[in-house]
Amino acid sequence: MTRTVNQELTALSGNEAVAYAFKQARPHVASAFPITPQTEMMHKFADFVANGESSAEMILVESEHSAMSAAVGSAASGARTITATSSAGFALMWEIVYIAASLRLPIQMALVNRALSGNINIHCDHSDSMGGRDAGWIHHFCENAQEAYDAGLINFRIGEHMDVRLPAMVNYDGFIISHKEDALYMLDDEAAYDFVGPYKHKYTLLDPANPVTVGPLDLTDYYFEHKYSQLEAYPRVFDVAQEVFDEYADLTGRRYGFYEEYKLDDADLVMVILGSSAGTAKDVVDEYREKGVKIGLLKLRMFRPFPADQLKSVLSGRQAIAVLDRSASFGGWGGPVFTEIRSALYGTADQAPLHNWIYGLGGRDFELGHAAEVIDALQKIASGGEVPTLNLLGCRA
Amino acid sequence: MALSLKEMVKHEDLLTGGHRACAGCTGANILRQIMLTAGPNTVMGGATGCMEVVTTIYPYTAWKNSFIHSAFENVAATISGAETAYRSLQKHGELPQAAADAERMNFIAFGGDGGTYDIGIQALSGAMERGHRMVYVCYDNGAYMNTGIQRSSATPFGAHTSTAPAGSVKQGKEQDRKDLTEILVAHNIPYVAQTTPFHWKDLATKVEKALSCGGPAFLNILMPCTVGWGFPMERGMQIAKEAVETNFWPLFEVEDGVYKINKKPKERKPIADWMKEQARFRHVFKPGNESMLEHAQQWVDQQWDLLLKRETMTNM
Repeated sequence: MTRTVNQELTALSGNEAVAYAFKQARPHVASAFPITPQTEMMHKFADFVANGESSAEMILVESEHSAMSAAVGSAASGARTITATSSAGFALMWEIVYIAASLRLPIQMALVNRALSGNINIHCDHSDSMGGRDAGWIHHFCENAQEAYDAGLINFRIGEHMDVRLPAMVNYDGFIISHKEDALYMLDDEAAYDFVGPYKHKYTLLDPANPVTVGPLDLTDYYFEHKYSQLEAYPRVFDVAQEVFDEYADLTGRRYGFYEEYKLDDADLVMVILGSSAGTAKDVVDEYREKGVKIGLLKLRMFRPFPADQLKSVLSGRQAIAVLDRSASFGGWGGPVFTEIRSALYGTADQAPLHNWIYGLGGRDFELGHAAEVIDALQKIASGGEVPTLNLLGCRA
Repeated sequence: MALSLKEMVKHEDLLTGGHRACAGCTGANILRQIMLTAGPNTVMGGATGCMEVVTTIYPYTAWKNSFIHSAFENVAATISGAETAYRSLQKHGELPQAAADAERMNFIAFGGDGGTYDIGIQALSGAMERGHRMVYVCYDNGAYMNTGIQRSSATPFGAHTSTAPAGSVKQGKEQDRKDLTEILVAHNIPYVAQTTPFHWKDLATKVEKALSCGGPAFLNILMPCTVGWGFPMERGMQIAKEAVETNFWPLFEVEDGVYKINKKPKERKPIADWMKEQARFRHVFKPGNESMLEHAQQWVDQQWDLLLKRETMTNM
């Protein structure tokens, strides 16, 4: 791999790493309200502003609903705009999260994944992000601070691209990534900004020479066509993202895709997972590989838009697939990642049996033994044994 | 400071005709009057509500200046974002030329009493406290008119609404109005005022004072609603005038904490005179409801006395 810029090896928490990425993109406006475990990210960003390292104007709002609302007002005024939240904060934003995407405003958000209430719980799961999966944002999931930093920068380029114009979130696991001190390579400020580039807007409220009406009442005669034009944007994300991934790889030596393939080439058995648990699972994959089990792992990085076509080809010709979900769909049939992947693979010629494991809700540890339990089950499925389609992992059921 | 009528009529109407407001709506009139003073260098935000709905049905817009609507409860936050973006882009030298050349860009958020007194009060309070240079305008028609005349915390005592109707057991709203203007005064912002669309000169003066006060400002504007209040459509301005003459809606302003009552009726008209013109109070005049009328009068008198005291106290 070629490295065209010098990068400093440093140690930061995930929150700090993303704060750096957001600072380096030189946003004009940051609006946020504190919630654990996102707090430290905005503390760090506030330090940058207080020390003159960022010239952003901060809007220290009275709620997450207002954080997203102010972000919409700011982005609609032609300003590069960032925010950050977790869990209930994201849920409170919900109404405006949809509006941000519908108005095609490329707001950037750090979503530090935390379980939704109730009961109240401050630890990691993906219920916050998954609850907003149909809101129209780009959802990037990360395994560690390095990926969170990189996705933090990459998301600006994808979301702000004129063919895309969508808000984007970098998802990283609360506490596990957000608070853990981790080794990572960072670009210097100049190289990072050169990569991200200056902000361009499509429309702005701040040009009296070209006044605009934003967010009009949109009824039966036009709403559907506007949703159609929004729907059209998501397939375009893949081409744009691929270009950006390639450019970032040339720049940094770190190559990203819509997913990461780990020992997948010849794997008969596949575990699909996202977030920090992938690191744990990879260790267990290694263990089973040493025992001669043909197990591989697919770590989904981009959940929205969902890379269905790409997954169809990479997951074809396997013997058994386990999809791990760190959130439940109450009353649904399996977790959100499972239903999505099952739906994508439905009708493919050699579709492997697909099984779902819900794990890690409310920050329950994902242990090596849990990954082993899944691989054991996959072996059983492949040899014709009976395993339920829907399973819980690490729960005293 | 105030514009003369002569000057005002020369200004372009920035809220154009053809919008879908009801015949006799005084809300559209309020917005036109505001825009005649504010001018084209204005970013206007509307909360979900009558005035947003009737001015922007896609593919049409009645706004010649920039306008944004995002949701019901968040217009104060939305405009605070626009105002912050303006400051940041100005600092970075990245404003569009017309904005950079403008003597002043105005940031105005408006909402009805539903979007202001009730669902939007949190965002409003936050935006005022943060000190954004923006004017929040509440057009108070005393109920959720857009969704079908449901009661709000601004609905006057006794009024019939679709969620607190007058029936055989209940007699309309059982509570007094929330005093939102006082809540905004308590934010210690540079400028707070009440006015009505009938008092056009007072309204224009207050809009200009609010826009030029250098910080957050709040205007509470009474908006008689022909549909929700039940009066003939041509009577809206008269009803606004009488709201002031009965002390139901005093014209006053609070500049840097100092109260000034702009109009003190020489002879206060009874509130019953105002109420009997409106169908929403019809049941109050039925035999057996005399105490309701008494209460309505007592409340108005008590509020007026308080206002007089506040004026005295802050001018000592």
